[in-house]
Amino acid sequence: MVSTSKDPVLAVVSLSGGNDGMNTVIPYSNPRYRDYRPTLGIPEEMIVPLTDTLGLHPSMAPLKKYWDEGKLAIIQGIGYPNGSLSHFRSMDIWATCEPVELGVEGWLGRLVKELDPNKENVLTGVNFGRGLPRALAMEGVPVASVGDLNSYGLLTELEREEQRNEALDLFGRMYGPAIGRGAVEDFIRSTGVEAMMGADILGTAPGMYRGEEEYLLGNIGGYMRDMVQVHNANLGTRVFFTTAPYNIFDTHANQAVGQSNLLNDVARNVDSFMADMRHHGIGDNVVTLLYSEFGRRAMDNGSGTDHGTGGVAFVIGESVKGGLYGEYPSLEPNELEDGGNLLHNNDFRSTYATLLENWMGVDSKPIVGGAWEKHSFI
Amino acid sequence: MTQNAVSQQEIALMAHLLRRAGFGASRDEIEARAQQGYDSVVDELLNPTDDPGIDEDLMYRAYPSYFDKAAIETGQTEIVYRMINNKHQLKEKMALFWHTILCAGDNKVDNARTTSMQYDTFREKGMGNFKELLLWLSTDPAMLYYLDNIESHKTAVNENYGRELLELFSLGVGMDNDFNYTEDDVKACARAFTGWNLAPTIPVFPYGRTPFEFRFDPADHDYGEKTFLGETGNWNGDDVVEIICKQPGAARFVSRKLYDFFVADEPPVPSWRLSEPRDIDAIKQLEQAYFDSGYEIKAMLEVLFKSDFFKGEAVRYAKVKSPADVVIGTMRMAQDHTEPKPGLFFVAMEPKYMGMDLLNPPTVEGWHMGREWINSGSLIDRINFASKVLGDTTMPGVQSMVNRLMAQGENLTAEQMVDGCLDLVGPLTISEETRMELVGHVAQGGDLRHSTEAEQADFARRAGETFQMIATTSEFQFG
Repeated sequence: MVSTSKDPVLAVVSLSGGNDGMNTVIPYSNPRYRDYRPTLGIPEEMIVPLTDTLGLHPSMAPLKKYWDEGKLAIIQGIGYPNGSLSHFRSMDIWATCEPVELGVEGWLGRLVKELDPNKENVLTGVNFGRGLPRALAMEGVPVASVGDLNSYGLLTELEREEQRNEALDLFGRMYGPAIGRGAVEDFIRSTGVEAMMGADILGTAPGMYRGEEEYLLGNIGGYMRDMVQVHNANLGTRVFFTTAPYNIFDTHANQAVGQSNLLNDVARNVDSFMADMRHHGIGDNVVTLLYSEFGRRAMDNGSGTDHGTGGVAFVIGESVKGGLYGEYPSLEPNELEDGGNLLHNNDFRSTYATLLENWMGVDSKPIVGGAWEKHSFI
Repeated sequence: MTQNAVSQQEIALMAHLLRRAGFGASRDEIEARAQQGYDSVVDELLNPTDDPGIDEDLMYRAYPSYFDKAAIETGQTEIVYRMINNKHQLKEKMALFWHTILCAGDNKVDNARTTSMQYDTFREKGMGNFKELLLWLSTDPAMLYYLDNIESHKTAVNENYGRELLELFSLGVGMDNDFNYTEDDVKACARAFTGWNLAPTIPVFPYGRTPFEFRFDPADHDYGEKTFLGETGNWNGDDVVEIICKQPGAARFVSRKLYDFFVADEPPVPSWRLSEPRDIDAIKQLEQAYFDSGYEIKAMLEVLFKSDFFKGEAVRYAKVKSPADVVIGTMRMAQDHTEPKPGLFFVAMEPKYMGMDLLNPPTVEGWHMGREWINSGSLIDRINFASKVLGDTTMPGVQSMVNRLMAQGENLTAEQMVDGCLDLVGPLTISEETRMELVGHVAQGGDLRHSTEAEQADFARRAGETFQMIATTSEFQFG
């Protein structure tokens, strides 16, 4: 096994669209569950029991063994006050830790800046997917956004390798002096050099990786495999981010089939991700957070569920103290929020603070905005 | 060359005008416009005919989802299609201009059609009267929702819209080291807009979103006396807008914003109390036009585009291109997506990857112009996008540029090739070091000929590669 003195790494996966927490971690012994879910209730015999009262959706079965090993923490009833039912707004709130004002800086951007204030490594933060996610946005923080690890970089449309190498050489010479006609052009040139360095280094990762695990490609699978490849290449990346395709968990209709497929995708890929790192002996210093911007309405709508508030998040990793954290929200009708939503009982910033302080070893207050009570999952 | 041949200087100036007052143009169009004459082109841009500037029937037939814009991506794609194809380019550019300032984000409004309708109105009113624009903005459902005016009541005032109207939409915190308004003015402004609300909304399920509608609720309006910017009365929102527009601060605000967007990058608004305008004489000319015309934007634009401070060489390529300029400018130069065809969606998502998620500005401050567009991720996307398109010699606009290069002679040296390509994509001036690197690169293949078919193919390929490498330069990031 590798030494545990290696720097801690945080991987964050957004399950975009608002995953239905109640049908992910199911309060199967509560008769109210059957009342609320006349259409979408999972038959009891199919539920994967975790405790006498709670069980996993059958599609989540691949993660049961991590629960049994004590490596899977389930954060129940997670949310924030006055939960926004807008996907975009709520995603932004989770990304920026600003539930009232519109925030610009992402919490992971701030973390990268804290970890690497002098930009010594252009790959301290790596996003898988195109465009810069709000969670990683931060002035002066370089973030590689990798749409496809195998073809990431500059001038990727040049198919002939020789031609591309020549073009990249030329690019390096043109940007190399980093002196243009003014401060802004100088800045562009130094950014170009950073971008090329990041791409060059990342390009070495696939060659160093021998994959044994099978991922379900399509949604998050390819990106989770890419994370392992980059982590395996030991490039000093401390923060990984990716997201399921935008709003894919928004199951207003046909949820029975839709969510089942989505959870299957998540569980099998997370299982492959964990197994892959174990196989390569590189999993000790990685902790992964899976979250969604909100949960869904308690009562189903006959086919799916509408936007809710309190939801469920998962933290998984070799250093995680598995178990249940937060409380399962009450299902009593008079204890639901307006409109029939599950009431959150712990703020997502508590989970962030736990990860930042107990795992990444940084002060969480400037990153999440204030002091939040920590969980004990690490 | 014909006897009416236009000079290289006229072409360079016309290219500058079309990049700034629009989203650039093909070389063919630039030359035709230069032929037409600078002032005549400015007048045409300023006075578009009443038609929509594109074949809307064709657009809606090809993309029926643009009609109700159920998803935000649909609204974004329609905007990109119009930017590429609207022959009233300044009108289209002004829509983007106001969107970067008077913005609502669909991340909060969560009603793509309502947010898109705001953008559509900027297209219609963007060159009109500033006072009318602010009055309309104060009734715009997207804005009232975005800045919480729907939560502002006679008995419980929400100051969000009242404050931003002053701070970000009309005056700015201050100018010439003084403040433009006080906290009491913010409160009075917010009180004047109580009751400016939405009609009850229709539930989203089961039929999807319907556009929000404005409704003034007299019962929820504070009719009491207010003192706003030194004037006392029972002001309603329209009175407040009237008072705002009279202020020197409003003239300064609009002038400096226009200068920032069309001439050269300025720092963001919050610093304007203490930071001097880059060119105070230019700002004074624009302020003069603002008051002389009774707040007409078109009058200010006319002064701007016909001024020496706009035409001067010093401000050419002095602005970092916005992602919209990168994407649309490249499409127009290459003449791609000039009519409906598959793949537009992917083009329309590019500005978002480069940091400009249209209809979803990061904050109420919109986007900052200038170097903030650049980070390591966005730079890779900018370079890859532009170099891929300009390296594709099957694109009509690129093909035409290749033909022009061939017309320069039977035999081009590497130096002629590089200079020719720089001229055609700009004319763009780059540093001598960068130019010599490009010449050295092209020279590896020897001179360029095009007598035989094989030579022609080779010529086109190497011209494409040269365009491609020019698109990677730091100089190409400026427009």
